[in-house]
Amino acid sequence: MITAAVEDLLRELAPQVLGGLVLRHGQFEGCEDAVQEEAAAAAAVQWTAEGVPDSPRGWLMTVASRRLIDQVRSDRARRERESAIAAEAPPQDVPGTDDTLVLLFLCCHPTLTAASQTALTLRAVGGLTTAEIARAFLVPEATMAARISRAKQRIKAAGSTFSLPAGADREERLRVVLHVLYLIFNEGYTASSGRELDRPDLAREAIRLARMVRAQLPEDGEVTGLLALMLLTHARREARTTTAGDLVPLDEQDRTRWDRALIEEGTELAKASLAGPALGPYQLQAAIAATHADAATAGETNWPQVHAAYLILERIAPNPMVTLNRAVALAETAGPRAGLALLATLDGDERMAGHHRLLSVRAHLLEKAGDTAGAYEHYRRAAKSTASLAEQRYLESRASRLRP
Amino acid sequence: MKFLIGLHINPTVLDALTDEEKMALGAGHGAFVEALKESGELIITQALADPSQAAVVSVRNGQPAVTDGPFLEAKEYLGGFYLIDCESKERAIELAARIPDAAIEGLGVEVRPVMFSDGTLEA
Repeated sequence: MITAAVEDLLRELAPQVLGGLVLRHGQFEGCEDAVQEEAAAAAAVQWTAEGVPDSPRGWLMTVASRRLIDQVRSDRARRERESAIAAEAPPQDVPGTDDTLVLLFLCCHPTLTAASQTALTLRAVGGLTTAEIARAFLVPEATMAARISRAKQRIKAAGSTFSLPAGADREERLRVVLHVLYLIFNEGYTASSGRELDRPDLAREAIRLARMVRAQLPEDGEVTGLLALMLLTHARREARTTTAGDLVPLDEQDRTRWDRALIEEGTELAKASLAGPALGPYQLQAAIAATHADAATAGETNWPQVHAAYLILERIAPNPMVTLNRAVALAETAGPRAGLALLATLDGDERMAGHHRLLSVRAHLLEKAGDTAGAYEHYRRAAKSTASLAEQRYLESRASRLRP
Repeated sequence: MKFLIGLHINPTVLDALTDEEKMALGAGHGAFVEALKESGELIITQALADPSQAAVVSVRNGQPAVTDGPFLEAKEYLGGFYLIDCESKERAIELAARIPDAAIEGLGVEVRPVMFSDGTLEA
């Protein structure tokens, strides 16, 4: 049995070693196999049995380098590379953890689809097995293996160099990295269907990766903002579903079940992130989550502050979903009719046509405005439009309360 | 996101195809399966036997009764499906358009989002 301590250590060190190895030798695919398939697997067995060596990173690096050499040797077509790699003595240790960040940038390569970026990130940086990632996304292992292998080929074909991009390019790539971490978190947070107990905890994994990125880039407000947003959202986890798995909306959640430690940490980070010169969407969303976390009851929510944050968010990152959320906040400060008027501006937006969130928010505001028949109708339509079973059950239960 | 691409076939339309057209149809599905496997988007595909092989099962007053199918008396029947996992609904539609049936009048290719999954996926 592999101890949790060994597993944690391996998942922290393996991407650093992989980063270092790719930096020396290129060949992402071969290095990935050598580290994740061979060295980490060998370490799990040996360290559990004999204890962790004095320099675990050096140990992994040495074993992985040897495996890489073996691989190259056995590959006749690549014989010419053998002498070059074999001649290099395996390094005793690898410098810094910067390599993990470079690796993350590589996995979030812009030529990949978001699905491939998330899968590859979980594999190469998160150290999850292909089987675990497949379970997390509820697809067969063969499907996930093909997706990961295709992603590696694409990176190779793109001829990407293993280095941190510079300047504006770096900023843009970092946004992609953060988006991928956000997607991983959301996939974990909205675990939609059966066999949830078998699924690896993607939300926790996303938080771990976000912490790692923040350790490298503590000055970046958006990195800190994303981590804060994840922590503040994760804090509500216990309260957001009933034991039967039904959704509990924010205003009905038992706030004593929120995780205070996560809220404290998330709130501190959200504040810290706002201190910087630039303001990005994750910082604002974290600020909104912190405002909700600050209210002991739903009735004590500082809605004007929430509304103001959505207003800024709408300006810096215009998006119909943001307007939709602002309508909810506006309804709380200026009344449901004002919220409904704002929703009406989304009616012409193709991205929102027939979207269940627009229907459900409208249903909610109609209910608040006293239009029971309209609310009933919209809850029913929203229930038909969602692809989430939990959400459908919730919307149907709201509708049945208003049944004429 | 998971989608089920349902292939609604009309036996009359299929029978009217020439041998070459039938060959091309089969080859088109073969190439489609290979491409989906390679991209890591295919979960499973299955083709169903002729509707005349269907049995309709009902239980009334606790007593099971079996009658010859199909359940729906229609011109089109579900002939098979692709269960895929892809980026977005747009991508699912793009993939569906590559299925050879989509280019044949009288055959229906229908894309539907999956709402709930359970069971072993290692089919």
